[in-house]
Amino acid sequence: MLRLYATVAAGGFRRYATYRVATAAGVFTNSVFGLVLSSTYIALWDERPHLGGYSVDDALAYVWIGQALLTVCGLMGGGFEEELIERIRTGDIAVDLYRPADLQAWWFSANAGRAAFQLLGRGVAPMLIGALVFGFTLPSGPGGWAAFLLAVALGSVVGFALWYLVAMSAFWLLDGQGVMQVAWLAGLFFSGMLLPLNVFPGTLGEVARMLPWASLLQVPADVYLGRYEGRELAGAYAFQACWALVLLAAGRAAQALATRKVVVQGG
Amino acid sequence: MAETTTTTPVAGDDPPRPDGPSRTDDSRTDGSRTGDSPAYGVLGDSLRTYRMVAAMWIRSTMAYRVSFALTLFNSFCVTFFDFVVILLMFGQVKGLGGFSFAEVAFLYGTAGTAFGIADLTMGSLQRMGRRVRDGSLDTFLMRPAPLLAQVAADKFALRRFGRVVQALLVLVWSLFLLDVDWTPVKAVLLPVTVVCGAVIFGAVMVTGASALFWLQDAAEVTNAFTYGGNTLLQYPPTIFAQELVRGVVYVVPLAFVSWLPALYVLGRPAPAGVPDWAAFASPLVALVCCGVAGLAWRAGIRSYRSTGS
Repeated sequence: MLRLYATVAAGGFRRYATYRVATAAGVFTNSVFGLVLSSTYIALWDERPHLGGYSVDDALAYVWIGQALLTVCGLMGGGFEEELIERIRTGDIAVDLYRPADLQAWWFSANAGRAAFQLLGRGVAPMLIGALVFGFTLPSGPGGWAAFLLAVALGSVVGFALWYLVAMSAFWLLDGQGVMQVAWLAGLFFSGMLLPLNVFPGTLGEVARMLPWASLLQVPADVYLGRYEGRELAGAYAFQACWALVLLAAGRAAQALATRKVVVQGG
Repeated sequence: MAETTTTTPVAGDDPPRPDGPSRTDDSRTDGSRTGDSPAYGVLGDSLRTYRMVAAMWIRSTMAYRVSFALTLFNSFCVTFFDFVVILLMFGQVKGLGGFSFAEVAFLYGTAGTAFGIADLTMGSLQRMGRRVRDGSLDTFLMRPAPLLAQVAADKFALRRFGRVVQALLVLVWSLFLLDVDWTPVKAVLLPVTVVCGAVIFGAVMVTGASALFWLQDAAEVTNAFTYGGNTLLQYPPTIFAQELVRGVVYVVPLAFVSWLPALYVLGRPAPAGVPDWAAFASPLVALVCCGVAGLAWRAGIRSYRSTGS
């Protein structure tokens, strides 16, 4: 059974690796956005040094981590939910449900392959470009990088779980556009993609840092910047893992409910 | 708002698509039987096509009303959150690059409104790559209607109107906050800027879409100039590297969308050694951009080869 899912994951990796022009285009766009955002962050940190506990170099690292993880952790769309929703809308999902594999595990594996490719294809290059242009903060040694990668992996699981839940709503609503965009919006804002969550003021900041979206970018970035040590690091991972488990369980529940109660579309 | 805009075109045009394939060129005159103005140039033809296709998609969207309401609300919010970032920034600082909140809000409003209008009308172009890849563009080419109008109106998304409304609200708000010495010139320049800005953004979108004839998967590059350009223009030019500012003046002339005219209205000098009269050059730049986009589009169509499966 595990071999099946490994094959699906490898397929997910290869599928995205096929579109080289799209990958290059994505790297270009991420870099342009990184450039624009970096300028605004420099202006902001120029006025208020140590804002949110970050130095300018930390803030710049944050910008480029955000660009690198955009697709990996599904900050603005998981990259698979549109396809899944379309299958639900057209009724093709019935074929998927016939397969001798679990629906959620299948998509989880495919998404893991996609995330792995996008980390390599769309993550590394913008980080390199940003580091060369701005010379921002780097993690301390291989241990720091390893800790960061684990946080990214957990973040990408949370990202998957969120978008899977979104896709499940299509069983009831059929047209997933609305929910998808609301989720997109929440992701954009609460992931810290627009502005680091520790710059958010007062209660808004506290709430934002507790929400699942914080696992996607804020936590990995803080791990990268070495803001967690020992126990606290374990706590950060636990935070991500908890949200991953809760959301995956919710996705399973929605799936079970949907397959039992909902009439599949199609003719 | 949405309701009124939808019902008017729906009532008028009966057949939502131009009729079947394989028609000769004189079918254009045939098209005038729906009762619109009889003299059709390419432009009139395009507009009519655009309106019909867009009206069809609006009706189709209205089949899922809950979803539409959510997406409209969302479109409003996406841009609003963009603005929240600026609000949050100004919660921490008094000025950004020497610009006050009202001034940044003005830059945000002008750029956002221009981009919103372009995105509403031409935003679908970035989806064209898919049609080139799977060959469904052939269907469009068969129809006796201008291709650009068909593709631009394809999957017309009325929800994008939310973006226009949001940006316009910020613009109006900033006008109340600002302390500008209004002259007749400035008062005329503002609406002209928004329209020309939308045209420039639209031309960039068409140029980007033309590249899709060769590189079907490169749609995201256009985003760097459209969405990226919009973000850039929302902030004062003083915070960006001078090379970047020169790039958006002389290479991809996005500075003419809003920066240069807006800086004139605010009574600030043009950035990066650009002459002051450039503030009034937006209509000319828009015209040139349209020319370039038109040439790129023609070159694109000429090189189009179907998937052939």
